[in-house]
Amino acid sequence: MTLELAANQGSAPVTDTVDQSPLAVRGMTVSYGQKPVVFSVDMTIVQGSMTAIIGPNGAGKSTLLKAALGIVKPLAGQSMVYGAPLRGQRQKIAYVPQRASVDWDFPTRVIDVVLMGLYRELGLLRRIKARHIEKARACLERVGMSDFADRQIGQLSGGQQQRVFLARALAQGAELYLLDEPFAGVDAATEKAIIDVLKGLKAEGKTVVAVHHDLATVTEYFDRVFMINTRKIAEGSVAEAYTRENLDMTYGGRLATGQIDQLDLIAS
Amino acid sequence: MLFDALALQLGYNATLVTIGATFLGIASGVTGTFLFLRKRALVSDAISHATLPGVGLAFIVMVMLGGDGRNLPGLLFGSAVSATLGLLIVNWLTRRTRLAEDAAIGAVLSVFFGFGIVLLTVIQSMSSGRQAGLEGFLLGSTAGMLWSDAVVIAVGGAATLLAVLTFRRPMALVAFDPEFAAASGLKVGQIDLIIMGLAMAVTVVGLKIVGLILIVAMLIIPPVTARFWTDRTDYVAAIAGLVGGISGYIGAAISASAPSFPTGPIIVLVSFTIFAVSLVLAPNRGILAALIRHVRFQRRVHMRQGLLALAQGQPIYERLTLNLLRRAGLARADGVATETGRARAAKALRDEKRWEVVRSDRQHEGAAALYDGLREIETVLTVDQISEIDRRIGGPKEAVAP
Amino acid sequence: MTGEEFVPLSLTPMLIGMFAAVACALPGNFLVLRRQALIGDAISHVVLPGIVVAFLVTGAVSAWPMMIGAAGASVVAVALIEAIRRLGKIEPGAAMGVTFTAMFAAGVLLLEQSDTSTVHLDVEHALYGNLESLIWLDADGWGSLVDPVALAGLPEELIRITLTLIVVCAFVWLFWRPLKLSTFDEGFAQTLGMRTGVLGLALVIVAAIAAVAAFDAVGSIIVIAMFICPPAAARLMTNRLEVQIAWSVVFALVSAIAGYVIAGFGPMWIGADNAVSAAGMIATVSGILLAITAVFGPCRTRSGAPVE
Repeated sequence: MTLELAANQGSAPVTDTVDQSPLAVRGMTVSYGQKPVVFSVDMTIVQGSMTAIIGPNGAGKSTLLKAALGIVKPLAGQSMVYGAPLRGQRQKIAYVPQRASVDWDFPTRVIDVVLMGLYRELGLLRRIKARHIEKARACLERVGMSDFADRQIGQLSGGQQQRVFLARALAQGAELYLLDEPFAGVDAATEKAIIDVLKGLKAEGKTVVAVHHDLATVTEYFDRVFMINTRKIAEGSVAEAYTRENLDMTYGGRLATGQIDQLDLIAS
Repeated sequence: MLFDALALQLGYNATLVTIGATFLGIASGVTGTFLFLRKRALVSDAISHATLPGVGLAFIVMVMLGGDGRNLPGLLFGSAVSATLGLLIVNWLTRRTRLAEDAAIGAVLSVFFGFGIVLLTVIQSMSSGRQAGLEGFLLGSTAGMLWSDAVVIAVGGAATLLAVLTFRRPMALVAFDPEFAAASGLKVGQIDLIIMGLAMAVTVVGLKIVGLILIVAMLIIPPVTARFWTDRTDYVAAIAGLVGGISGYIGAAISASAPSFPTGPIIVLVSFTIFAVSLVLAPNRGILAALIRHVRFQRRVHMRQGLLALAQGQPIYERLTLNLLRRAGLARADGVATETGRARAAKALRDEKRWEVVRSDRQHEGAAALYDGLREIETVLTVDQISEIDRRIGGPKEAVAP
Repeated sequence: MTGEEFVPLSLTPMLIGMFAAVACALPGNFLVLRRQALIGDAISHVVLPGIVVAFLVTGAVSAWPMMIGAAGASVVAVALIEAIRRLGKIEPGAAMGVTFTAMFAAGVLLLEQSDTSTVHLDVEHALYGNLESLIWLDADGWGSLVDPVALAGLPEELIRITLTLIVVCAFVWLFWRPLKLSTFDEGFAQTLGMRTGVLGLALVIVAAIAAVAAFDAVGSIIVIAMFICPPAAARLMTNRLEVQIAWSVVFALVSAIAGYVIAGFGPMWIGADNAVSAAGMIATVSGILLAITAVFGPCRTRSGAPVE
């Protein structure tokens, strides 16, 4: 394994990979207080891939995603979307936040949440027309939630809430889908429904990036991994990068050997 | 004049009020600490505003019974009753409806206060109500206070302080770690009730001195101030008591020496001054210290990233990074490393490599947990351990893992 | 009651009360949902130092400088709260408590120290205003509503609160989607490119404008009560934001009208001859409405997700 030190400063030299990459992060450092959560990380997402961002708790997975999207202000570094700064490229990105990050007691219905995915298109004052509602319903249909359109969001189960969030991202009609722990605390049926949708997106040529927790399903669900523990540990196709050695380094030996043995590792 | 007041030489009343305010300040600082640590500081705002209708009703009832409506113990009793009711309503709204605590607090304080104002206008229209002077409870007024009232305040302040000191241990335990407190047999609900009860006692005793709008400041400002100086619960309580006591003492003394200075606002402003100084100057948590720390930290990050870029021959784009390297004599203006720069960069890269080994080795798990990208490896491993790692990496010039 | 009595004596105070209540309740909906209900409390306290400073600077009790002073004080307060919260790592409630009490204390002290004996400026007035005195002397019946001469004599408080209500409505209408989205899911709103920080500050400033204009006419009690009680009661009536806003307006109007009528005529019904504070009674009625919805409101309890 080559030791790859992510120490690029500022805008990286414009190479072909950065130019075409749906999301290229360069020299990203984020810290809450005095401890860097993400340190000098480079990440290059490959067009048309499904990438899992994995790492232990508190290793900066979600923070990296948020910094790349401009939700969290980095100490250093920047992100490029399809070769251009984030600012002008937002319409190409759909984001699914962690389910727990919002107040589900908010007074609104499922269909209203999905319509929020169309707010960029609708602007401040354009009226919501029948076709918008149809589109939102189609997105709900895709995640198997069309029967819940008029339900108050607080009445949904965790898995249903997650699916509504995914439907909202679908409504955005983006090229790049960024999901923050989409499978956290959801039931098996929801997990299946979500992964089917994501694989459908990939089949359409879209790019999917998800913060992921469950090491057992990485090889089944994704084709690329990005392993992080404050520093980038490894990045590449599941076949090349999802190795015992990298897992050891990512999880700092905290993963019991037995656990790793159970994983369906391609190479070791 | 002010010196006389500070030396308690301004007559019995002023002296009693000053002593009472000092006791009250200490008691409120300590009580407020527990409220603050339980993140319920503003519940006290609901409690204090909810006293007003009680004061009004007590006045009306006492007059109707043929007594003197201005009897201070009677008015304070009334205020305690309505404050309790207000507190119960805040709790009920928070628990039984979907409203959050802030909305419940705001609703109770505004509605009780509004109803209190209605009662005050009723009292003004009563024949005996013209001189009631109940407006004094809004902002506090110690000028022209009766001897008996001053005694009530001094005794009330002392009694509250005593109660606070009696219950300080269980309250500290609950505020610091409610789960542990519950596990060790304390009834957290009851202790919470005692904290609230003491907050109410402080409010009621403080009504006449500070007034109901500002009494909340005495419960909030001292603990917030104390928090800047220490991380330990018991020290926070002690410092908050000290800040509260000093504020009460100086505030009451200034006000006694110059009647145009109303007691309540002066006490609040004295404690706010102490707070402002702490906010800026306190070590560790103060703004100045934090600012210096942040700038240093940002420089360390840029320095480190810069050195690693130098080591790998990558160009440096961020100006701050380059400036820092130049100033340290590690790089030239065009981004090329100097002699020392090359040496430091090589060391940085080598350290990275060493960390890599540490982090993939279960034997060093404890050290690996301290890794944050900036920490010098020498601070977590012994010289022997480092040379052992170096042996595993290989020659110093090799940058590729075996 | 005839038009000759009602129009000059009661119409304008009632309109002012109603407009003030709605102007505060509208932004209040978002403040309550954002768990910032007590920002309204803080703003209404810091209005006092704002107007006192404006008075000391201009040397006169005139409305516009005072409104500017009060709005400035609100911005200072919000900045100070944010600074204490972020720099000192203090929880927002406590940061608010420190800020508004200190600023209110400074206001009271300034007021006591300055010579305001010749002007109508005191703490009591600041707290509960004087809604009853905002009468329309030039009117002599319903006909005055179309009489330009009489209309010229409308109390200026009415004109100011009307303008304020228009500004508040325009803000909520124009920024409805960003307000709704950033209140529900701030992170997602940011990925759409919304400046949620600026929007949050704008909401507080609009709330401050409403508070200042309402305060000018009716005192600060109504301001706090109207920021919180009608939206809170409305939340217990429905699970849809659009419907909640409508309910909050209804509750604000009912509180204003019923409060004014009960304060003015209630004592006479029970044989007393003096009216009581209208501002206090409006706040009381809003509290009673909240109490009713808290016990009977169809959506009063948390819906919560079913257990998985």
